[in-house]
Amino acid sequence: MSLEYPEDLKYTDSHEYIRLDGDTATIGITAFAVDQLGDIVFLELPEVGDALERGETFGTVESVKAVEDLKAPLSGKVIERNDPLLDAPEQLADDPYGTAWLLKVEVSDGAELDDALSMEEYVALVEGEEG
Amino acid sequence: MSSMTDALRRTPLYDLAIAQKARMTSFSGWEMPVQFGGITQEHQAVRQSVGVFDISHMGKFVLRGEAILTQLQRLVPTDLGGLQPGMAQYTVLLNPQGGIVDDFIIYAQGTDRADLIVNAATTEKDKTWLLAHLSGVELEDWSGDRALLAVQGPDAVVTLQKFVEEDLSNVPKFGHLEGHVLGKPGFMARTGYTGEDGFEVMVEPETGRELWRSLLDAGAVPCGLGARDTLRLEAAMALYGQDIDDTTTPLEAGLGWLVHLDKVPEFIGRDVLVQQKQDGVSRRLIGLQLTGRNIARHDYPVLHSGEPIGKITSGTLSPTLGYPIALASVLADLAKIGQILEVEIRGKSYPATVVKRPFYKR
Repeated sequence: MSLEYPEDLKYTDSHEYIRLDGDTATIGITAFAVDQLGDIVFLELPEVGDALERGETFGTVESVKAVEDLKAPLSGKVIERNDPLLDAPEQLADDPYGTAWLLKVEVSDGAELDDALSMEEYVALVEGEEG
Repeated sequence: MSSMTDALRRTPLYDLAIAQKARMTSFSGWEMPVQFGGITQEHQAVRQSVGVFDISHMGKFVLRGEAILTQLQRLVPTDLGGLQPGMAQYTVLLNPQGGIVDDFIIYAQGTDRADLIVNAATTEKDKTWLLAHLSGVELEDWSGDRALLAVQGPDAVVTLQKFVEEDLSNVPKFGHLEGHVLGKPGFMARTGYTGEDGFEVMVEPETGRELWRSLLDAGAVPCGLGARDTLRLEAAMALYGQDIDDTTTPLEAGLGWLVHLDKVPEFIGRDVLVQQKQDGVSRRLIGLQLTGRNIARHDYPVLHSGEPIGKITSGTLSPTLGYPIALASVLADLAKIGQILEVEIRGKSYPATVVKRPFYKR
């Protein structure tokens, strides 16, 4: 299966992505993460209003075979949560960059994004992990 | 994500799994497929039609020696007296403390030969143990030399039959035969680790590769270790090294049905089992049913009224039942069916009910 990584997104080495729109960031996990996890059965996310601290765990995604922490790619306040996904976490596999986003966050420090990976850097990283 | 080391062994079917785009993992020193199309889909195939697993990594011994079953009887708590050639028995090797050295199947082949299929991780340990405690016995280790395939599911027998000369429908559960697979000699046993009907087939590597391809062409779904784990857990079959080990006795592990104290006057570890039978065990392996979708995984604490009383040994979200299930080792006083306990999952407590094992029965 060939996995896609949209060019307009930023990525982390822990396999989250960030889509920035003004000072609102949409956060999700990458197609690579979804593929590695396999059948996803459980998702735990913070509440609207909660603060994210970059690099800290903000939730969990669990598949039949593994449980992985979600790491905040940037700091900010949660302004929206993809609640339907909590009831049907298996839908993460269908459209991780579209309907299956996780959180929308009000970014508190835009400079943090300078450290995020570009699509090319992220692809180089996951191709290394696959090999 | 797991990393691989160079030293991992590969089965004769390794490149066929790669060709099927299997995701590989390191398991007991082997590089094995963990999943092909997805654990849930593979699991359902075995429950509803037929799946095939490469289990060539498992240990395979041929034991030859006079009155071999009588000799083995000194090492296991299960009565082997009625074990006829052509039949098999699941049992355990015990240490002097009554702890389980390994769990495995004995395939009786006659008065002077018995075949054993043992866990991959314990192959060397078992070999050493057997040679130290048996006398005048020759042990041939076929572990690296044979392909072993498990064909499991309601359609397993009819699918495998296409490639086998002998009539498989005549073979009883736990029966086995030496026959012909794709025209070549093969060992076939009506045993498995999924809770479904099916066969385990041992053949030469090249025949194994051909059988794998033939079974897939015939509609069998290739399955990995992930589905093997969810299937065996629904059937509440213990996994060595996780649910049972050298410190667990069969009475503590819910394997009391393997212990025939009245019929077997002498075996290693017997004193401990007699004592436990008399006094009762202090801890027991139980089945737990949880609510929600949280999976209780190996080593998660089990609590009662906030106090730790045991640990999860294995857990999964049961694909067949739709709720989380687990095996746990807990204080025997709190092991009764219907008892409400709690499981701590990432810092939070969730209710869990002690339920009858197996969770799923065909």
